[in-house]
Amino acid sequence: MSTAATTEIKPAPPVEKIKVKVDGREIEVPKTMADPISGKPIPTTMIQACELAKQEVPHYCYHPKLPVVGNCRMCLVEYGMPAMGPDRKPVLNADGSPKISKMPRPAISCATPVSPGMEIYTNTPGVKQMREGVLESLLINHPLDCPICDQAGECKLQEYSVDYGQSASRFVEAKVHKPKAVDLGPRIMLDAERCILCTRCIRFTRDIAGDDALGIVNRGSYNTIATFPGLPFDNNYTLNTVDICPVGALTSKDFRFKMRVWFLKETKSVCTSCATGCNIIIGSREEKIQRYTPRENDAVNGPWMCDAGRLNYKWIGREDRLKDVLVRGQKSTWTAALNEISDKLKKAPAGSVAIIASARQTNEELWLISKLKAKLGAISDSIPRDGKGDKILVSADKNPNTNGARLTGICFTEMGINLVKISDGIASGKIKTLIVFGENIVKRAVANEKLRERETISEVVDEHGITAELLQKLDTLIVSDILPNETTKLAHYVLPGAAHAEKRGSFTNTKGRVQKFMKAVEAPGDARAEWEFLHDLVHNVTGQNGFVTIEGLFNQMAKEVPAFNGVTWQALGDTGLTVQI
Amino acid sequence: MSFQATKELEAEVDELVTHYPVKRAASLMVLHAIQEKFGWISREAVLWTAKKLELPPINIQEILTFYPMLRQEPMGKYQIKVCRTLSCALGGAYELREHLCKKFGLDAHAHGAQTTSDGKFTVEFVECLASCGTAPVMMCNDDFYEGVSHAKADEIVGKCK
Repeated sequence: MSTAATTEIKPAPPVEKIKVKVDGREIEVPKTMADPISGKPIPTTMIQACELAKQEVPHYCYHPKLPVVGNCRMCLVEYGMPAMGPDRKPVLNADGSPKISKMPRPAISCATPVSPGMEIYTNTPGVKQMREGVLESLLINHPLDCPICDQAGECKLQEYSVDYGQSASRFVEAKVHKPKAVDLGPRIMLDAERCILCTRCIRFTRDIAGDDALGIVNRGSYNTIATFPGLPFDNNYTLNTVDICPVGALTSKDFRFKMRVWFLKETKSVCTSCATGCNIIIGSREEKIQRYTPRENDAVNGPWMCDAGRLNYKWIGREDRLKDVLVRGQKSTWTAALNEISDKLKKAPAGSVAIIASARQTNEELWLISKLKAKLGAISDSIPRDGKGDKILVSADKNPNTNGARLTGICFTEMGINLVKISDGIASGKIKTLIVFGENIVKRAVANEKLRERETISEVVDEHGITAELLQKLDTLIVSDILPNETTKLAHYVLPGAAHAEKRGSFTNTKGRVQKFMKAVEAPGDARAEWEFLHDLVHNVTGQNGFVTIEGLFNQMAKEVPAFNGVTWQALGDTGLTVQI
Repeated sequence: MSFQATKELEAEVDELVTHYPVKRAASLMVLHAIQEKFGWISREAVLWTAKKLELPPINIQEILTFYPMLRQEPMGKYQIKVCRTLSCALGGAYELREHLCKKFGLDAHAHGAQTTSDGKFTVEFVECLASCGTAPVMMCNDDFYEGVSHAKADEIVGKCK
């Protein structure tokens, strides 16, 4: 592997190690670990030591990425410390080992720092009894409505009830009733009766999202999570609170009542809504995508993702998807269309072909296009997609693979500067064939004269001069896209492509992290993954035989594209690798 | 009285804030000052306080809803607080409250503070008023009464003009 590719963003500074025992097993843990919010070193806690020892400690309010509050009491453990004699020296057993004095009271493992020689006991009868007690208390006012609860199947209350719960409740008194189906914000619904008041949501929105919108109102058993009346919980990260809610209190309005979670097929993928490339899990059933949830990757998105990206999946299942190969408006077959296109391209004189690829395509596809480009002597570019970013996850660049397009040579560092050459080339008749991938170029087109006027005023070059009128001057317009649009209507050849959820591939994010994604659902009708038909096209036109598998294709690309040198499909793993961009 | 951010209030709150190391710490005293002036703390008052202390309004709402003595709606001119902790409960506090409720035409079985429609009286139960030897006891605004029989209660109420 080359030195450019690394799995870590930054190496952890050396930290003093201390030895502790977890259930009799000695392990070494760092004395301090980074605070999840400030990043400053703070003492390692017992629950972190247990995690390092691969010993799960049940918990509700503790979350590794949030500040510790210690209010649920579920993570209580017993522990012992090396006994000290009056001379401040450790007392030893007959065999020379330090004598451990067991502490008379338990401690919450999430908020108690470890110290050298500490012994943590997570599985004693006492600990089990405490967990049973805590769980019983948490369930006192819980409605026990799992059969109609969206959280069922991924609910910590359910899971720990199996481990520590009782089959029947001893609570015979009337339960406290609290508000149900509370509209907290445009995407979040609260069932206050299910809430165990762990405050994960409050801490998340205050410390991670930076929008202190939630709090606990009222008192005692009437405690309820709430927003200030009239101020909805509405930032771009609200749906993360649904993920971290350990119970069914916060539910996503988009997903609630849609699907039992155990029916979902989970596929590792990457969000395509901006250049950050948050790692996601696509939950799908019977070829229909039901939801996106973030997949933890500390090098990119941690365990979070934005609401906009999370909800941006519905277009994939749209009814009007392009499903047929069209040749001059007539339904055709892949073989016929690709042969026809290959023949035309082979005959095309150098410089008469232009390619507009999309920075929403994968590294592999862009690389195959660059092969075509080299053979045809074509001019190429891609369309920039600028929007608003934020300081958390959202990038101002709305293309998921801008760096892929740059590294494969489809566009220059400044994307879109070749578009004016392409529009001039079409206008002058030099460019006769245009190949467009996944971009509705007509949408942002402004007649050249007007565009020049505008450029003198502002530097924003989101618009370009390739208008519908210009496209009609072309001899051949080949368009591959996923959804129908004005450009596909003008095309002589329409090649239906696949959404990222329908194929495998990789993107290079804004920081140069190359991340692969898997196929969740089948593409509709005759639609095919672009890399598959591009492979055929490149073979026909250039005579080069590539690879018919995505693994082979990626590895071949990694050999030929300098930035990817040394990276392999396998080495990307689930969380990707960072390359020099 | 409806909330108004008067210069007087502003000056008082600015002074209160100086007593504390951080602005948030003044929250409770600011709410007291507002209630003192207006009798209750309206939504506008919470928003004003939050802005004044540079906090999200939910932080103030949490405090307001936690303490029952911080009022979220206008109360009567005379606020009658009947103690219901053990000694008073045994000494007839429930009967005393029922008597007062009937007198004012209020629901004796309703939970929480109730105010007469003319806005003159509010009746509510409170916890221990610290005079267990003289049960039942009650307060009418800031005045404290011990050994309150129904006749004595009528007399106290009669003096409220």
